Amino acid sequence: MLDTATAYNRYKFIGHEFLTWLWYRIEMDNIVLNHSDLATMTLALGKRMVLENPRENHAETITIKGGYSNFETGFLPLKQGALVTEMSLEAKSQEVTWEFNLKGESLAVANMRISNLGPTETDEDIEASVLEKVYVLEQIHLYIDTLFEKFMILRISNQWDQKVVPQMQQWLQIH
Amino acid sequence: MSLLATATSITRYHVLEELEKPITEGVYAGLQENRIPEIDDVETALSSGWTSFQDPYTPKFEGSSFVYGSYFLFSLRIDKKTIPSKLIQKYMAIEIAKKCQATGRDFLSRNEKQMIKEHVVNLLNLRIPATPNIYNVLWNYESALVWFFTHLKGPNEILETLFKTSFGLTLKRIFPFSFAESNPKMSEFDHDQLLSLSPTNFQR
Repeated sequence: MLDTATAYNRYKFIGHEFLTWLWYRIEMDNIVLNHSDLATMTLALGKRMVLENPRENHAETITIKGGYSNFETGFLPLKQGALVTEMSLEAKSQEVTWEFNLKGESLAVANMRISNLGPTETDEDIEASVLEKVYVLEQIHLYIDTLFEKFMILRISNQWDQKVVPQMQQWLQIH
Repeated sequence: MSLLATATSITRYHVLEELEKPITEGVYAGLQENRIPEIDDVETALSSGWTSFQDPYTPKFEGSSFVYGSYFLFSLRIDKKTIPSKLIQKYMAIEIAKKCQATGRDFLSRNEKQMIKEHVVNLLNLRIPATPNIYNVLWNYESALVWFFTHLKGPNEILETLFKTSFGLTLKRIFPFSFAESNPKMSEFDHDQLLSLSPTNFQR
């Protein structure tokens, strides 16, 4: 069994490929998940993306900010071998919107902002607020985990090399 | 960073072992024994330990105050005294001058200066209050998951050590490989496939 630090560093690329695949899926057909515990959600790119080219002697990092139209500039580094290492995303269900940054190497969310959560006014409110916040955080983590599971099933199958990679290469060519 | 803050960052962990029953009492004992020690009136510069979620400056865990629904919720508090370097310089200059006057010498050896510095730092640590930093910990015991509300490396390392000391349980950080590796849906063949993965070349 690999120790944590070795596994983290050796397989860091899995998370980066996941985010790159996520960008491709959001742009091509958006993503529909069938999960009994999940409300229907839509996923969109946020306002920031970080790419890194790991094949250079000195890793090159490109940060793109501003919005979708600016992400077009990310295709050139992708064509040169870069992968997405971090991206901001916006997930929406009927009641709630989650805005957050997702880091590929750790699958950790940062700067998570959630709309439509009521304010906490009294001590009695605190337990209810905690449980409500935990519930919506669990929903978004379940969503991210389900997406990642879907990616991993593809990634370790023959479909990855035979179907997904050629499709993603084609996607890169049209930009 | 707080669970109830407008913006939150979360590091996720799997808890590898289980507590002996009764669980709530075991968690209470671990929290109580490893409460944050106050360091305001002692020379210690750094202290860490558990504190309560709602009242982090007077750590108390009585009456299952750390139980929220089916979760355990408490905080890791790290107190640190930070002495500005210019303050150390000022008091060192004063102490060096005193010593030179007392001994009738013009200068002090490196060892003497080092001893004066340690003395000054200890004195200032007694007078300067510690700055508390509070990070929430949410433990879903049923799912064997812990959420720690920061990505900072230092606090995460302290959490992993203190969790083991307090409850005798190991925290394993969740990241893409560990997530895939511990997924119960993965067969032995899938594990072999996972281990043999290498980076994809998307260039044509």
